[in-house]
Amino acid sequence: MKKFLATTAAAIGLFAAALGSAQAEQVKIGFSPEAYPPFWSQEASGEWSGWEVEIINAICAAEKLDCVLTPIPWDGLIPALTTKKIDAIMNSMSITDERQKEIDFSDKYYNTPTAVIGPKDQTFDATPEGLKGKILGVQVSTVHAAYAKKHFGGSASEIKEYQTQDEANQDLVAGRIDATQADSIALDAFLKSDQGKACCDLKGYVAPDLEVLGPGVGAGVRKGDTELAGKINAAIKGIRANGKYAEITKKYFDFDIYGDETQSN
Amino acid sequence: MLRGLLSSVQIALGAYGVGLLIGIGGAYGKLYGGPIVRDLLEVYTTIVRAVPELVLILILYFAGTDLINRVLEALGYARIDINGLVAGIWVLAVVQGAYSTEVLRGAILSIPQGQIEAARAYGMAPMLMLRRITLPAMLPFAIPGLANLWLIATKDTALLAIVGFNELTQETRTAAGQTKAYFTFFVAAGVLYLLLTLVSNRIIARIERWSRRGMPAVSGSAR
Amino acid sequence: MSIPITSLAEFAARSAWLQPHRILLMAVAAALVISAALFMRWDWLPNYYGLALQGIWRTIWILVVTCVLGIMLAVPLGLAQAAGPWWLAMPANAFCTVIRGTPLLLQLWLLYYGLGSLFPQFPWIRQSELWPYLRQAWPYAVLSLTISFAAYEGEVMRGAFAGVPRGQLEAARAYGMRPFTIFRRIWLPQALHRALPTLAGETVLQLKCTPLVATITVVDIYAVASRVRQDTFIVYEPLLLLALIYLIISGVIIFLFRKMEARIPVRLG
Repeated sequence: MKKFLATTAAAIGLFAAALGSAQAEQVKIGFSPEAYPPFWSQEASGEWSGWEVEIINAICAAEKLDCVLTPIPWDGLIPALTTKKIDAIMNSMSITDERQKEIDFSDKYYNTPTAVIGPKDQTFDATPEGLKGKILGVQVSTVHAAYAKKHFGGSASEIKEYQTQDEANQDLVAGRIDATQADSIALDAFLKSDQGKACCDLKGYVAPDLEVLGPGVGAGVRKGDTELAGKINAAIKGIRANGKYAEITKKYFDFDIYGDETQSN
Repeated sequence: MLRGLLSSVQIALGAYGVGLLIGIGGAYGKLYGGPIVRDLLEVYTTIVRAVPELVLILILYFAGTDLINRVLEALGYARIDINGLVAGIWVLAVVQGAYSTEVLRGAILSIPQGQIEAARAYGMAPMLMLRRITLPAMLPFAIPGLANLWLIATKDTALLAIVGFNELTQETRTAAGQTKAYFTFFVAAGVLYLLLTLVSNRIIARIERWSRRGMPAVSGSAR
Repeated sequence: MSIPITSLAEFAARSAWLQPHRILLMAVAAALVISAALFMRWDWLPNYYGLALQGIWRTIWILVVTCVLGIMLAVPLGLAQAAGPWWLAMPANAFCTVIRGTPLLLQLWLLYYGLGSLFPQFPWIRQSELWPYLRQAWPYAVLSLTISFAAYEGEVMRGAFAGVPRGQLEAARAYGMRPFTIFRRIWLPQALHRALPTLAGETVLQLKCTPLVATITVVDIYAVASRVRQDTFIVYEPLLLLALIYLIISGVIIFLFRKMEARIPVRLG
């Protein structure tokens, strides 16, 4: 049945592609509707803003794509992409081998280290020994969850998985967990907030593991959708070259978050 | 948050309406349908009533829209874009439909059957009979159950937060995450839901009185 | 039931279950199940077997605990509404209305994240003896599910208490029974018996509420299924299996309640 569906879907896909290329196509960009500052935050009006939103707009403008932001919960993003609910994922999703079995990625558009934060009154570092007996919170199905399970699973007393990173931060403030591991920039934004300043500080950066953490964040596209991936790649190169990327980045960060120039996917 | 409330009410209304239609069809099928129709409906209501709404919503939300598009594509039509509102409405309607099937079936059964037989004896067409006799006659019996279903519908919209739909609970969650005032926002949302329920109760009481007009007063009819 | 069945053919003829169209439908269903087993992906099952069993156990555990605690709360709630003085009936009624008027998901989040966000303001909480419980997720899950079950059942019990014929209570009083004895021997058993059919349905409804606890990091069977989905990116298979598991659990609940109802003798005078 699966095979039959796959072949019909492929045939229909070709047919639809032939039809679709004639008109200006909408590209639905899936994202998870949750605050992830400074990449994503919601205005009171309901509009989304932040670094990644501006980058998406810049990429779409560069390739003249008619992009529509489509909210999908984080754990439904990849299924939504494969079932064609959306056409691309641009939601700070790291490029990993595990995900590449299901979907394709564009080149990376940013890469930042992974950090662990914890309450101020405790001192430990981001190593398996440091987290011994601690309760560690991570967001479900992120590279951080995978990393935590692989490296800290043996020593931490429990690894709790949250629907959003924000809820993990919340429980760190409430004291229900001892540490949370996530992207350093997202955590930095939290540490700079009033709440974060009062409770927690940086415990350190985790040891790199390219296999789990991947080479950086890229746009996810359906397997075989080389056309869209190519366009996004060209756009990323374009905005890197013409200064648009630097201009947006300057508004949010005091350094270039693109990471290592040579390390591309 | 008011925007969220609005879309919650919208979904609840839509789901309730479509659910009622499914319910009328289902109740008719269960009472007058052939054996296969009856069994299939039994399977439908049993499954929906035994499996958590959350699981059904996930299955229908992802599988349902995917299925529709595959069917459309197979028939040579272009994919239609099912937006969150429509998907949310139809997912909840399927759930509501199962419950209202049962409520309406019970209500139709409690109509004095002589009334229906009399209508048939007059040679009324089935649709006319449904509209003129069955529906109005069963209304007083069905309203307590249907009122309950409406309240369930308003609260079930909260479950759509899990699939990322921007209804009241989800809006509250984002707003709370943004401002860190979790307690305040959740309490406020609770008050909004409660208001919705209380207002609904008022309206339902009026409708019930209206539908019972001309009937002898029954005290303590609802359960 | 008591008539001995002599042959299979006779059984088939007599049973309402084995009509020709039923056999056809069953064949279709069997074909669907077999094709699902053959053509869908189930290779993840062995990896998650242990976790799934744990999840099922936790779901059932939460269900049983919250139902039992909920009923224990519901009896006084129902009694207060049915027969209590107004200063007991009013708060009980208000409690039921508020809980029944708001979504359970919201109540759960309010308890877990709402209360959690208040903790930092009260540092002494972390020193208290309750802290080891407060920092885990399941107490909140149990608490909110219990409260919700109690509110719904409070209404059911109100009706059940009110529905016990007055004559029975008056007769008991005429015999000189003390109020508490009347309650324990006459009123409560009769009310419970009346409520039993409704309780079966409500328990299934409660089962359907349990997956919500997964949103506050309690790992029940629903959470296990979503973990499978996230780890393997398989969309439908875990969900279908999950639906089947819930179907089976509801079946068991209904079966148990039937047994219980059958045990209570119904005697007509």
